[in-house]
Amino acid sequence: MKKVPYRHPISKILGITVLFFLLLSTSIFAQDEAAAEADSESTEAAAETDGDPAAGKSLFNQNCAACHALNRKMTGPALANVESRLAEDEGLDREWLYRWVKNSPGVISSGDSYANEIYNEYNQAAMTPFPTLSNADIDNILAYTAAPPSTPKPAAAAAGSEGVGGGSGSGSGISNELILGALVLVFGLLVVMLLLVNRTLRRIAEANGVVLEKEQAEKRKPIWKAFVDNQFLVLVSVIVLLLGSAYFAYGWMMQVGVDQGYQPIQPIHYSHRIHAGDNKIECKYCHSSARVSKTSGIPSLNVCMNCHKSIYQVSDETLAEGKQEYGVDYNKEIKKLYAAVGWDDQNQRYTGETKPVEWVRIHNLPDFAYFNHSQHVSVAGIQCQECHGPVEEMEIMYQYSPLTMGWCVNCHRETNVKAEGNEYYEKIHAELSKKYGVEQLTAAQMGGLECGKCHY
Amino acid sequence: MNSFSKIAVAFASLFLLVSCWGDKDEPNYQYMPNMYEPVGYEAYGKVEFLPNSQEAMLPADNTIPRGWMPYPFENTIEGKELARLNTSPLDPLNSEDNLAQGGQLYTIYCAICHGDKGDGQGTLVKREKILGVPSYDDVARNVTVGTTMHTIQYGLNSMGSYASQMNTEEMWQVSEYVMQLKGELTK
Repeated sequence: MKKVPYRHPISKILGITVLFFLLLSTSIFAQDEAAAEADSESTEAAAETDGDPAAGKSLFNQNCAACHALNRKMTGPALANVESRLAEDEGLDREWLYRWVKNSPGVISSGDSYANEIYNEYNQAAMTPFPTLSNADIDNILAYTAAPPSTPKPAAAAAGSEGVGGGSGSGSGISNELILGALVLVFGLLVVMLLLVNRTLRRIAEANGVVLEKEQAEKRKPIWKAFVDNQFLVLVSVIVLLLGSAYFAYGWMMQVGVDQGYQPIQPIHYSHRIHAGDNKIECKYCHSSARVSKTSGIPSLNVCMNCHKSIYQVSDETLAEGKQEYGVDYNKEIKKLYAAVGWDDQNQRYTGETKPVEWVRIHNLPDFAYFNHSQHVSVAGIQCQECHGPVEEMEIMYQYSPLTMGWCVNCHRETNVKAEGNEYYEKIHAELSKKYGVEQLTAAQMGGLECGKCHY
Repeated sequence: MNSFSKIAVAFASLFLLVSCWGDKDEPNYQYMPNMYEPVGYEAYGKVEFLPNSQEAMLPADNTIPRGWMPYPFENTIEGKELARLNTSPLDPLNSEDNLAQGGQLYTIYCAICHGDKGDGQGTLVKREKILGVPSYDDVARNVTVGTTMHTIQYGLNSMGSYASQMNTEEMWQVSEYVMQLKGELTK
């Protein structure tokens, strides 16, 4: 009865806080919208020069971005303000650029001095001629390089969604805390009430002259003596204790040598979640020897550089996510890769000074068990995730399966042999399936449980 | 209250024990490590006396790995032009198998940037991680089976070499598949 008046203030406080946060988040969102409008206005102003920067951007990304960035040397030079730079430093006009873009080898062989200079500066990497680009297209690209639109839409959208997401995120966090606080309060009240009830009952008992049991207990026989006197009870409890400890000892001994869940810290923080999950890169892209050999292969660093030659930093959202959720600066990890493989990012060339990365091996079968990746990956066509678990969700790689013999055997008993389209299995499959009277042979029926298959 | 504090101590010690068991940075004990650990050098293992202390090494100079064939053209612009007219050594009678195999390999290694159709719209391009991937039907590039092989062998500009991931036959299979994609694009 006493609690009733408390209820209303709590619900009121809750309601007011929720309202307060809602108000705050809408004002944040409104600010973002205003910023986005301002942004789009500024780009409209920039578009007044000849050429359309927006069209230029898509052309640039399609045709040029493989080798050129705006503010950074890649295979070719940085292209921000290329037209004004050429006009001021070299006295070259737009006509020269038209000729160069459409047929750069021609300009070089014509003996043009600047063309040859730049050609030699960039290790004689010839620029692909683009005869298909019209003068208007090149105008658009040049407009983009002169005044790159500050990508208002994605930025604003990201900011907007961040504002909304952040608001709702913190809101839910706070409401969680509020609920927890309310629960703690309720429990506290319950405890206090119990104590109060206990005290009143005691008082009533004292008033009525009832003697509490506790005071009587001292005269009785101690319980441990009673226990020792009852030999049957001692025997039973000893048996129970022994069985219990045997159970736990067995459990402990069975986990020796099993590394399920092993999650070591690697020298470079490589996120399978980003590579295999977000970007959907095939497992076998990096672990290419899983197709053809016993080991699945730790990719050599040149495989990393296939992409990371171009991807020198992660996107801003990914960077923020890494710092907030995992405490990792992904850009620093890419720098570690560059240091290991000896890539000079400034000058876009290999220095030749490499140092091997000491990856920590996670999945490791004992030497007395033979396992072949290609047999499982190429012949059986088993998905990598079958044994390695949801790798595409793992920020830090860990061992998903126990890799015990029981685990292997169980899968061999349950999995059918993939015989279709495999001449090697044709005859033996026909004969054995007749012998066992089944349509589909399991790996075990094909001899997958014979000791010598894995232990020799 | 005394019994209460005892229970608390029991729970605290149990918690400590469990939290020690939960440590996943270190591998578990083994019964007989000398049966678990190999005597020979393991693939990618650490071997003190070898260069860089690692088992994995580049092939010795002037040798050809099993499954590879020597590639006659140099990694230069002239070499690429010479390779332009190079034709695939694969048996045309097997072309169906070769294209199927090439398609699988293409999906693994190339489609992530070049797209499933070869139009330069792979996942990484769509997510704006890597830009400027050309379509195979680009007229100026005039992609042939020979230049495709040359590019897979050596890489080109931002693209790296894929010779460490595929053998010679597989590279030719992918090149033939690329030409099939180009044919479909230019239709």
